[in-house]
Amino acid sequence: MNNYHEEEVLGKAYDSRLLKRLLTYLRPYWLYVVLGVFILLIATALDLVGPFLIKIAIDRNIVPKISTGLFHIVLIYFGVQIVQFGFKIAQTYLMQWIGQKVVFDIRIEIFRHLQRLSLAFFDRNPVGRLVTRVTTDVEALSEWFSAGVVSVFGDVFLLIGIIVVMISVNWKLALITFSVIPILAYIVFFIRKKIREAYRDIRVRIARINAYLQENLSGMMVVQIFNREKKNFNKFDELNASHLEAHLRSIFYYSIFWPSVDLIESIALALIIWFGAMFKYEGVVTFGTLVLFIEYSKRFFRPISDLTDKYNILQSAMASSERIFLLLDNKPDIVNPAAPQTLREFSGEIEFRNVWFAYKNNHDGTPDYVLKDVSFHLKTGEKIAIVGATGAGKSSIISLLCRFYDVTQGEILLDGINIKNLKIEDLRRYIGLVLQDVFLFAGTVEENIRLGNKDISLDMVTQAARDVNAHPFISRLPNTYQEPMMERGASLSTGQKQLLAFARALAFKPDILILDEATSSVDTESEILIQQALEKLMTNRTSICIAHRLSTIQNCDRIIVMHKGKIREEGTHQQLLKLKGIYFKLYQLQFKDRNIKSSAVSD
Amino acid sequence: MSIFLLIKVTNTMTLLKPLYRLNKYLREYKKDIIIGIILIIISDVLFAVLPKILQYTIDAIAKGIDLRQIATYALLLIGIAAIYAGIRFLMRKIVVGVSRKVEYQLRNDFFRHLQRLSLRFFVNNRTGDLMARATNDINAVTITLGMGGLLTISNGFIFSFIFVLMITTNVKLTLLSLIPFPFILFLMYFSYSYFYQTFEKVQEQFSSITDKAQENISGTRVIKAYVQELNEIDQFNELNQTYLKQNLILAKARGLMWSSMEVLFGIALLILLWFGGNAVMSDQITLGNLVAFTVWLGMLGWPIISFGWILNLIQRASASMNRLNEIMDTEPLIQDTTCTDHSIKGLKGEIEFKNVSFSYNEKPVLKNINLKIKTGMTLAIIGPTGSGKTTLTNLIPRMIDATDGAVLVDGRDIKCIPVKTLRNSIGFVPQETFLFSESIEENISFGVEEAIGEDIQWAADISTISHDLENFPDKFQTLIGERGVNLSGGQKQRTAISRALLRKPKILILDDALSSVDTYTEEKIMKSLLENYFNQTSIIISHRISTIKHADLIIVLDNGEIIEQGTHDELVKLRGFYAQLHRQQLLEKALEEM
Repeated sequence: MNNYHEEEVLGKAYDSRLLKRLLTYLRPYWLYVVLGVFILLIATALDLVGPFLIKIAIDRNIVPKISTGLFHIVLIYFGVQIVQFGFKIAQTYLMQWIGQKVVFDIRIEIFRHLQRLSLAFFDRNPVGRLVTRVTTDVEALSEWFSAGVVSVFGDVFLLIGIIVVMISVNWKLALITFSVIPILAYIVFFIRKKIREAYRDIRVRIARINAYLQENLSGMMVVQIFNREKKNFNKFDELNASHLEAHLRSIFYYSIFWPSVDLIESIALALIIWFGAMFKYEGVVTFGTLVLFIEYSKRFFRPISDLTDKYNILQSAMASSERIFLLLDNKPDIVNPAAPQTLREFSGEIEFRNVWFAYKNNHDGTPDYVLKDVSFHLKTGEKIAIVGATGAGKSSIISLLCRFYDVTQGEILLDGINIKNLKIEDLRRYIGLVLQDVFLFAGTVEENIRLGNKDISLDMVTQAARDVNAHPFISRLPNTYQEPMMERGASLSTGQKQLLAFARALAFKPDILILDEATSSVDTESEILIQQALEKLMTNRTSICIAHRLSTIQNCDRIIVMHKGKIREEGTHQQLLKLKGIYFKLYQLQFKDRNIKSSAVSD
Repeated sequence: MSIFLLIKVTNTMTLLKPLYRLNKYLREYKKDIIIGIILIIISDVLFAVLPKILQYTIDAIAKGIDLRQIATYALLLIGIAAIYAGIRFLMRKIVVGVSRKVEYQLRNDFFRHLQRLSLRFFVNNRTGDLMARATNDINAVTITLGMGGLLTISNGFIFSFIFVLMITTNVKLTLLSLIPFPFILFLMYFSYSYFYQTFEKVQEQFSSITDKAQENISGTRVIKAYVQELNEIDQFNELNQTYLKQNLILAKARGLMWSSMEVLFGIALLILLWFGGNAVMSDQITLGNLVAFTVWLGMLGWPIISFGWILNLIQRASASMNRLNEIMDTEPLIQDTTCTDHSIKGLKGEIEFKNVSFSYNEKPVLKNINLKIKTGMTLAIIGPTGSGKTTLTNLIPRMIDATDGAVLVDGRDIKCIPVKTLRNSIGFVPQETFLFSESIEENISFGVEEAIGEDIQWAADISTISHDLENFPDKFQTLIGERGVNLSGGQKQRTAISRALLRKPKILILDDALSSVDTYTEEKIMKSLLENYFNQTSIIISHRISTIKHADLIIVLDNGEIIEQGTHDELVKLRGFYAQLHRQQLLEKALEEM
């Protein structure tokens, strides 16, 4: 929806740097491009043969009234038609094929690139905008690649072909016919320019209408309560009227354009007739030539105005490619080390050593730290709970451990090795992450548990589901494990989604479990199922839980209390309660009365 | 075959039904339309006649007639061409112009109608969908009306005129050379419906690609955490492969259709060359006739080609108009009723809820609410999310109507007060602050006819937004939104409060309107509001006890019912929900200070 304003910023019409880069995508298909141009050349040539055959028929047979041979010409004509039929199909198909292939490559390249970009990038760019790059922008290129690049040659060939044939048949008459070209060129370029301007205004103004409409639709309640209907309608009317004005302007120029082109065509025709007749009487031209010129002059004007259409296609392709290349030029900031270290057998030991982290800078340029000098150490198989108020920095710890972001200062170590020295894929394979909001994909239950991992068999999926108590509800679904998840699992309850996420984590057999516990409350029965599942999940695994349930906290060996980006307290539940500090207050706020309706308190 | 085609065409006629609504608009341009049609007919006649001149010229040349005569023909040709150009210019300008003017009115009416619809409608209809109707659907209708209408009329005449001219020249040659035409027509029609279906499939696949991209980007964390990037690329690749394949099928079909059509045209020309050539040789027709025939055949190409396109256009326009009618035929749920007393010009602001219940989709949201708020009093509402607080306040300006019971203002059922007067007496600050992308001043004076500078300053002072404006380059003229300054949540809320206050309302409603404002500023604003400038009745929804503790009456809503009510002190003593909330908020405050 944000594109409405983007529309107003139109890119440059032509940029050789962009064009060069776009053309590199044709390189893998250069053979096909050459073939396409070749086929086009023949198809165009065949296009010119028809009128020439008629000329021959007139001069050899019809005028001198010699019927023998006419049938031969008709047969040749038919043959040409059939050959042309084949070439035309081949040409259309080949051009589309090249265009679609190239666009396919570009789309995959963008998608692949998106996979490599880090979360900081996705924080900065709204989903809608990125989706537009992969879809609409690429589609705009498609038109250019399939209708623009190669067929420009077609227009040029046709033009050259006609000129050559006309001149070779009768150069004088040809030059006379060409005499109207300057006027035509002037009209085409002048009026086309006006039309283009009008079109740009139309686009900008419809974008404004849309923006205003969207605003009014979203704020309709305010409009109505404040009795603003009339005033807002007037503003809308104003925008709508200016859109109409641009349209009427484009209609005006269009109305001039085609009749003018036709008129010039007729003037050319009149010139051919007049001079043709003169030359005929002088005996320099035949009737056939006259008819040939009449036919050719009609075909002559089409490619000229076609060429200007191609210019428009080029323009929108430029704008789209500029946006696409901008995205592709974003370098991933989290990359694999040049010489990655490998952990032979990961024991599950984790250490945060003086970690500082900021998502962004303050206005004065200093980092806006969300984690300040955080250090802690987890022995193999140890389980800790992290608690704290909203914004205390809990989630950042998780994100850093998964290397979604890199620390600003300090180190995170697995078995004593800095995670920056590990391959990202290896690091993440050690980890089983369960997030607060369970993200389900548009696939079956089975696919949502094993994701794309083909090493996880259906048996393993089922086993994982059994272990985390998800099996009973899954087997009650109409298609059990093959049940498709519609709309991100809208049909499942929060508790069920949670269990599904547990099954997913377990199926991947991670060495470390990271859990960002959901805050929303579930019914007692699900609560018990989740507790049991969690215990199972944490057995023999180094675990970090951002805990919102007392039972989860009690399952852990140790509690870390985060407050305003720092670790403020550390210890067991009983130890911390005795401190009567932050944990004591948090406990009263978040855990003690969890069953009361606390939604009024949170956020 | 042609009967079958006829059935197809009449089927298309029934598609025209939804388009009847356009009559209303077209009637306004009756004169333009009649002139347009006359121009179309004249231009078509001239168009069809031009080859005739060519014929005379060629025949004249064959006879060796002197050059002066030929010059006359050439000049005649240019003359007719010039007139033809002039007429076509006018015709296009008028006919296509009418379609755009109708578009303008249609869009205006669409907008005006949307303004009359109630909140419920906007909850049920997504903004994106309504936008698509206002843009794409209206555009589809316009194009059909303009170019579609023009071509339909024009093509019919062109076809008939040329046919008449051909047949009067030579019957046999006409019939023979037109043999391929029914095939072309048939080919066009079926190709277009095939393209349409295939194209729909391609579009579906395209939206699958869009969905996948959307899912992938939204699920980045999970994908990265489970190292699923390659698998995602595979899936995306597969979707794109299918899309590629479908597109190529379409390309193949298109190539086949166009090439076949060209061959069929070629055959027509071939027939003409053979039979026409022989006819010239046996002096049945002149060479000029033959040339004229070739040109006419060429001229028939475009009307035939556009035939399939037009049918397709009408199909789409009909579907689009249906979608527009759906909205335009929706009756507004909330409007003045039979009991509305239009003599009511102002209100004092006393509010009473009498056994008010409200259900949404059969689900009760408010249950039997009874409440009386005297003029000048401040009522505070507190309660968990989803307890019905916003619904309760939405009933007062009649954004929604109660399912049961009645809301009374000044002792009168609000259904009997003109909606305009009722809303005019209310200053409302909604939960989700909505400001327009205009200047701050325009936003503050949004709800009043004429705003005086002093009043704007006053309203801005009370919400303390004027203090923030000092740091903005253009002060009150600062533009907000995408093309201007991005206000913080608190600044937006405070602007919205000024907007409500400037109306000098008799009823002031604040729906959680200070949630993003810091506690210090909040206290300042609340203090000002309690001054009761217009002796207004105030209703304040909040999650923070600090906001509402000074209210005359506090009610606690839960599950659509009032579970506790009284003053702050009374409620704290009650040891119920309110007291617990109070304790928690004290804890939070203490925690924040650690």
